[in-house]
Amino acid sequence: MWKFIVRRLLITFPQIILLSVLIFLMAQAMPGDALTGVIDPNVSLEEKEELRERLGLNAPWHEKYADWVGGIVQGDFGQSFRFKMPVTELLEQRLMNSFWLSLMTLLFTYLMAIPLGIISGRYNDTLLDSSITGYTYLGFATPLFIFALVMLWVFGYQLGWFPTSGSVTPGLEPGSMEYVISKFNHLLLPALSMALIQTVSTVQYLRSEIVDTKQKEFVITARAKGASESRVYNKHIFRNSLLPIAAFFGYEISFLISGTIFVEKIFGYPGMGLLFLESILLRDYSVVNAVVLIFGVAAILGALLSDIILSIVDPRIRIK
Amino acid sequence: MEANNVNIVEQTQDPSKSPSGLRILWRELVRDKLALFSLILLTLIVVFVYGVSIILDQDEIVTVDLFAIHEAPSEDFILGTDYGGRDVFGQLIIGTRNSLTIGIAVTLISGIIGIAFGLVAGYFGGHTDNTMMRVLDFFQILPFTMLVIVFVSIVPDYTILAFSLIMAVFSWMGIARLIRSKALQEKELDYVQASKTLGTSNTKIIFREVMPNISSLIIVTMTLNLAANIGIESGLSFLGFGFPESTPSLGTLLSYATNPQTLEFRWWIWVPAAVLILVLMLAVRNVGEALRRATDSRQRRG
Repeated sequence: MWKFIVRRLLITFPQIILLSVLIFLMAQAMPGDALTGVIDPNVSLEEKEELRERLGLNAPWHEKYADWVGGIVQGDFGQSFRFKMPVTELLEQRLMNSFWLSLMTLLFTYLMAIPLGIISGRYNDTLLDSSITGYTYLGFATPLFIFALVMLWVFGYQLGWFPTSGSVTPGLEPGSMEYVISKFNHLLLPALSMALIQTVSTVQYLRSEIVDTKQKEFVITARAKGASESRVYNKHIFRNSLLPIAAFFGYEISFLISGTIFVEKIFGYPGMGLLFLESILLRDYSVVNAVVLIFGVAAILGALLSDIILSIVDPRIRIK
Repeated sequence: MEANNVNIVEQTQDPSKSPSGLRILWRELVRDKLALFSLILLTLIVVFVYGVSIILDQDEIVTVDLFAIHEAPSEDFILGTDYGGRDVFGQLIIGTRNSLTIGIAVTLISGIIGIAFGLVAGYFGGHTDNTMMRVLDFFQILPFTMLVIVFVSIVPDYTILAFSLIMAVFSWMGIARLIRSKALQEKELDYVQASKTLGTSNTKIIFREVMPNISSLIIVTMTLNLAANIGIESGLSFLGFGFPESTPSLGTLLSYATNPQTLEFRWWIWVPAAVLILVLMLAVRNVGEALRRATDSRQRRG
């Protein structure tokens, strides 16, 4: 098993390096540099050129790349010219918001997927199963942003059950009970919208897994030994099907990333996705690069985590 | 090559031989009522949208009219007007046409990249396959939506072709993976070995012999991809990184709903577009699912 993990880790590093090179090249292709935003009549063109030289902006690309990576390793993503503050500080607030949103989404995803998948698999080809299958079929074809818009329209505006934008009601004192409740309240609708769509693939997977396992010999043996029906499902079948699902959560990260962009935009939720969209519209490229890099690395590490868990759970993967 | 041709002719004439792949696909489609209905609906939409948009003038529709801002549906404007006084119904038709066109273009381009990549990796196997799959893994892990948005905003002369290319470059991996695993199985079969022994070149075996044999898989995957691509394109246009407002897509109409006033009170601007996207995606997917069942003889209904 260690051999597999080491080999998998060896693939991860080139991936991260390639990602950083890609983002760096993208940054080079973006118009303007750190000094384009400086519109100061006291700084002449010659002085700007001199500043560029001193900041290393005229250096060959490999030196610039090394400089950039060196900064990131020390937690320096440069300056945001729009917010006039270091990107790292800016990211801290947004990252926490996105983190909570993702956590809630994952929580809801699994809370819905597991019972739905089990019911659907256990009572397959009943009316209950076909309504769940119908839901997954529709959910699979519905784009997240349309679903989120409709959720906002119905529950945010028409029924008024949830706040329609922001991450917290302004004016509340951080740390107080009201503050926490308000935060939770703002999270609920975006997280639910994302989870209702995201859960679909897990439900489908769990269902087909259970339908398959039902006919395996160890299940027949369990039944023959006189295990009760609920014991057969809860102890034998469920345990077998649950582990791969637990392992998939690393892969869910890439869905969460594209999901947060849409959902944060629709619900006006100030997280990384919204920051990314705002920054790209205002051409605040140091922020854009930082967000893409962080999300890219998160996706790479998520896949790594999933692969490792899978290899522990399922020995067949290791042998390959 | 000549021997091949003779074979095909014989097959279509002899009823005792198994039916051709395309015929199986078609038979399954007709058996599945939902898929057949979807196909008819799709054909109607396509004919209507492309037909009407010949008469409609895109420039006229997207011209801002300040005297007709946000009008409710009336006799003049069947679905009202948007914040620029533009006719929503006209935009809906042109938007559907643009969304469909771009969806098809992206599906074709990413399909060509993915099929070539998958065939080559699967056919040669071994080290070639290993290296190519590492490249594929890398592409698959990239944050797709973000990279497309970044590229869209930094490309200097931004056209529909550029947009399709950018999307295709980041979305060929799924089909490539499928084709590769199929090609891995296919290359072990006798006809490939026989061709190799006869000295047929690899290029010819890959594209003239292996590819036709997995054509049903290609058709199925591309149909399902088309549904996904329509959704992705409208999502990007919704965020403002697809088409400009002068070339409306279905996503453009939905993006007006980011204005809370429009979302809450002017449903006629965004609800029809949302419904149309859903109908298009579901219909294409229904057809695709029926085709997928047809390629797996255990799941066929007919």
